[in-house]
Amino acid sequence: MLDIIVSVLTRTIVAGTPLLLATLGEIITERAGIINLGMEGLMSTGAVTGFIVSYISGSPWLGMLAAILVCALLSAIHGFVCISLRSNQVVSGLALTMLGIGISGLWGKPYIGLPLPNRMGHLNIKGLSEIPVLGRILFSHGWYVYLSVLLGIVLWFILRHTSLGITLRSVGENPKAAESQGIAVNRVKYYAVLAGGGLAGMAGSFLSTAYSGSWNEGITAGRGWIVIALTIFALWQPGGAFLGAYLFGGIFVLQYMLQPLGISPNILSMLPYLSTLLVLLLFGLTASGKRKMNAPATLGEPYVRGER
Amino acid sequence: MARIQSLEMRGISKSFLEVKANRDINLSIHAGEILGLLGENGAGKTTLMNILYGLYLPDEGDILVNGEPIRLRGPKDSMRAGIGMIHQHFMLVDKHTVLENIALGFDEAPFFFPHRAIRKKIEQLSDQYGLRINPDKPVWNLSAGEQQRVEIIKALSRNADLLIMDEPTSVLTPQEADELFEILRKMILQGHSVILISHKLEEIMSICDRVMVLRKGCLSGEASIEDVDKGKLAEMMIGRQIAAAYDKADVKPGGTVLDIQDLHVDSDRGLPAVRGLSVQIHSSEILGIAGVSGNGQQELVETITGLRQPLKGSVTMMGQPLKHVNARDAHTLGITHVPEERIKFGIVPNLPLYENSVLKQHRDAPYSSWLRMDYPVIKNHAGDLVNSFQVDTPSVNARMKNLSGGNIQKLILGREISSGPNLLIAAHPTYGLDVGAAEYVRKQIIALRDKGGSVLLVSEDLDELFMVCDRIAVMFEGEFMGELTPDTWTIEKIGLMMAGSHG
Repeated sequence: MLDIIVSVLTRTIVAGTPLLLATLGEIITERAGIINLGMEGLMSTGAVTGFIVSYISGSPWLGMLAAILVCALLSAIHGFVCISLRSNQVVSGLALTMLGIGISGLWGKPYIGLPLPNRMGHLNIKGLSEIPVLGRILFSHGWYVYLSVLLGIVLWFILRHTSLGITLRSVGENPKAAESQGIAVNRVKYYAVLAGGGLAGMAGSFLSTAYSGSWNEGITAGRGWIVIALTIFALWQPGGAFLGAYLFGGIFVLQYMLQPLGISPNILSMLPYLSTLLVLLLFGLTASGKRKMNAPATLGEPYVRGER
Repeated sequence: MARIQSLEMRGISKSFLEVKANRDINLSIHAGEILGLLGENGAGKTTLMNILYGLYLPDEGDILVNGEPIRLRGPKDSMRAGIGMIHQHFMLVDKHTVLENIALGFDEAPFFFPHRAIRKKIEQLSDQYGLRINPDKPVWNLSAGEQQRVEIIKALSRNADLLIMDEPTSVLTPQEADELFEILRKMILQGHSVILISHKLEEIMSICDRVMVLRKGCLSGEASIEDVDKGKLAEMMIGRQIAAAYDKADVKPGGTVLDIQDLHVDSDRGLPAVRGLSVQIHSSEILGIAGVSGNGQQELVETITGLRQPLKGSVTMMGQPLKHVNARDAHTLGITHVPEERIKFGIVPNLPLYENSVLKQHRDAPYSSWLRMDYPVIKNHAGDLVNSFQVDTPSVNARMKNLSGGNIQKLILGREISSGPNLLIAAHPTYGLDVGAAEYVRKQIIALRDKGGSVLLVSEDLDELFMVCDRIAVMFEGEFMGELTPDTWTIEKIGLMMAGSHG
């Protein structure tokens, strides 16, 4: 029994990792006031880029870097449309999803089903991984898992304790106030969108080069949409992203665990979305919840400099 | 950089599209001086100051500090030159704390743990100038006066020698305004200089050393404060003398029109905004509601006009209770509304003027019958409104959004009162209008009262309330602090009540 629990928890952390990475990305983006609904497409492109570069070069690290770079560039399109052209962010994000899925299908065609010879390695942290129970759950993972945790903590620290964090938050809350203090608002927004795209790419490359070790169309399986919901669930806080990502990661794992017991996989695959709706409902119903659920004030609104 | 001893703007001109906002303006100020910049709305005061703060580039002209020309390409340049600006609408992030707001974009704030590093600076500045503030409070938790202090500290922390203040007292109670003036006096003693933008003559007379008056983008006068009086300033400002009071017919209030009993209303945040108000308005009466905005006036107006659900209490119009929470119900009972945000709630900007002229009445005869709108009748009606309410428009077919604020307000007012209302609810009806349009709106409100209508006038402009109202109730934190009549009211009394003491 203990073995089963340990195995479920270990796999929960692994399954939560791509959600965590991409949610951190979406948090950065939305904190700057930009909604990016293109996460599904970005993750998909990240997965295919990561796989191809890893397959050809033999290095999953190069694959990860390439995925980050390509997805940051891809999200720059979204940035240009939303920030410079001040167009509708929802439409642009949806277009980005279509574009990303299309690109990944096109690039990935010759690689469907091929196994990756060199997957991203594991790192059993000496000493710590031998701790009974906890050692296996927390300290016997691949690089991606540790990196995602590190990035989450770094983002928390930046938002909370650095001037960069104040700048980023202010740009999403009141860009006019930021501009009046000499901050180049649109530049900050661009960087945030690029960072968000890069993290989505990293999440995608995790799926193809570490999690499954192969590329298939539909590898992201709707994770990009869960990320959008998770960002709200996390109340735009990195701490909430950890909680949400591992919670939903756990639901992914349970889908496989409970299937032999006769519970339909369809019901289980509904769970992430159902629980998102529930969370929104619970927050929306109570007054204190509503206050806590304060999205960045100018989320989704284009910013025009020096408007009268 | 040396401190600012003198600053000069020479021959400044700036246009927006076809509109010349500033034309060949010269301005100078010295250390230790408070310069008043006076003018009506739209006279170009704010544009001129935004140029000085680097937000706009001038089309022509130079700016000199201590005799040296400088170029201001952005707020950072101005801050470096020692110029700070406090906008009329505070540039603060509501959700962030005072510390975080001051740290935003601050060069001296370190990358790591900026909060800790600047706390000392804030404490030192607040001691030096008497600016009391709790640095850990979030801004939405602060009163307008406190938010202004945050803005002042923010400017001082960036070593601002010259402080530009845009309509600084518009959101303050008279007592808070006095405190602000104390702070400003302390600042000029320590070698700072202040440019005070205002359209309140009283204020300019009481604190400034020198005054410059703008009219329609041009400099229309400049004088030492000893050489002018209020009448002279007003003349420079609007080019003619203003009416000190309006003629009112000698009519006595009649029977009760609107009866509000023990009304409780919550704000959007779910906090109590109106707390147990009871009030009656009679025919041939104008009841004024004074108070700093945000003390429940908006919620009160929204409840009477059917836009907001009361928690408790009743609103009765001519003996009939307002039962359903919708604007149509209120309209049917004869309650008309000139809303606070006229563009957002008073008109549909993209529709033509004639369609806007029948909003709310559009489903009734004679403007429509069953499914069909009778456009000839509607256009006729619109033409009548345009003529009798002096709306300046190329035609009734013009899109509403192309009209100026004053003309939009005249049309809204005309639409609301032309059908002969029992009750007009007017929220800040002259806010942002130029003196001419404001005067016209006030006269129409009085005319309505003389004809037997009743009016609830919510305003922050005490002069306006004094000139127009038969009775004034002062609202503070959702309650009435008391009611005043013309024989008992004074600015001091109302000021104290606005700050929360009972009359």
